[in-house]
Amino acid sequence: MNLSTRVMLNRLAPQCAYKRIVTFSTKTAEHAVENQEESKKGVAPAPTPSSPAPVTRKPIIPANYRFVYPEFLPDPKVEWRNPIREKLERLDMLERRKQIDLPEFYVGSVLAVTSSDPHAAGKTSRFVGICINRDRCGLRARFVLRNVIDHQGMEVVYELYDPTIQKVEVLRLEKRLDDSLFYLRDALPEYSTFDENMEAEPLEEGASVPVNDIKVVLRPRPWLERWERQNLRGVANIDEYLKDKHRLSAAKVQKPWEKYDMMKDYRSSIPEEEQTEIFAEVHTDLHTLELQRKRNKRKRTFVKPKQLA
Amino acid sequence: MALRILKTLRPVAHPLATTLAGGQRQEFIHTTPACCEIRKLARLRVVDNSDLGKRAMAEGRPPRCIHVYNKRGVGLIGDKVLVAIKGQMKKGILVGLKQNQKPKQPKFDSNNLVLIDDNGSPLGTRIHVPIPTILRTILKEKTLAKGADYTKVLAIASRYV
Repeated sequence: MNLSTRVMLNRLAPQCAYKRIVTFSTKTAEHAVENQEESKKGVAPAPTPSSPAPVTRKPIIPANYRFVYPEFLPDPKVEWRNPIREKLERLDMLERRKQIDLPEFYVGSVLAVTSSDPHAAGKTSRFVGICINRDRCGLRARFVLRNVIDHQGMEVVYELYDPTIQKVEVLRLEKRLDDSLFYLRDALPEYSTFDENMEAEPLEEGASVPVNDIKVVLRPRPWLERWERQNLRGVANIDEYLKDKHRLSAAKVQKPWEKYDMMKDYRSSIPEEEQTEIFAEVHTDLHTLELQRKRNKRKRTFVKPKQLA
Repeated sequence: MALRILKTLRPVAHPLATTLAGGQRQEFIHTTPACCEIRKLARLRVVDNSDLGKRAMAEGRPPRCIHVYNKRGVGLIGDKVLVAIKGQMKKGILVGLKQNQKPKQPKFDSNNLVLIDDNGSPLGTRIHVPIPTILRTILKEKTLAKGADYTKVLAIASRYV
């Protein structure tokens, strides 16, 4: 017992170090299986035939779906769960995705959103900006774009499944070091300035999404939030502005034991079995949509060669 | 009170809101978190090129809201406010807020104001930051309801988001 728990902790410690709890963060299959095997080795070296190894089915559903389509996973808060509503919402989301191409994007990607706007002159408005946060689940999924235009920082919240959105373009597909980039509000403006007429920078097909490890430079205090307490990785010069009292109070509110809190982890995530169930339900539709998008992209990128001479 | 004045004899390198008063340096430090609402005594940023507004901003004495002309007492986008600017009372229109906004409405990093006179015509001739498109509808409605012509503010805007 003692040995097995120690082994478990040893296994858990490194994986928890990089994983932070997000609303849609989830457990991975490999870790769970590894843990089981590890504990088995510790307790019973000879596995009994009555408890066979967990049956792993062929992974039809890509493992990255929970990152590409995080809004298909419901909110893990127990009081808010309602399987029927979630199912209906998923159907509606798929219906919407058949009408409009909602591409894969992450916090840190640069997007351009065209939405119909009854107040605008041309009845549409286009906003370019870096995605600094993604939140909420299902049809309510939202993201926040930030940009600095004419030296004026501004942010716009968009609902992903808003029917007034006409087009979502990903101009630069990349990730950042942190889960949300609200600290860009307190960073120098050049870190959130993006040209409105920016060209899309296409990634090679099949390439993994690059992580931009840029470290932003904060401006001096006063700040909007206490960034020193949030263990940010994408900030370069936070130590410059900290006094001892800030460090002490930041150390006081740290919760280093939380990464060992398996119950908390369980409550704040959707179990893997449920995830596979959900994604098995929507996989075929999403896959056909992906294929369609690829086909369209190829069509768009093909340029008829000009006749010379 | 959200402001506390620290009197220090030693000059402080902090550039924000420091004024020299009788050989002593006064530093204004917020001791409460910022309330992002426009209420009375909220400091605003003039974003037009009116002479008064430019001078007030350059001196580091931004205007303070001393009255909001609505029933709630909290200024929302397009609301008319009375501000104290350089010892005068002027009216202005809020054209950008720090407060959280509804989806698709821009939220700005500063509380922006355009100075107007009593008839609703702006004191400046240019707004040098983008203003939200919803102002078109809001100001048109207010023009009909109040009689003053606020749509002139729209005419001097350089850009909409």
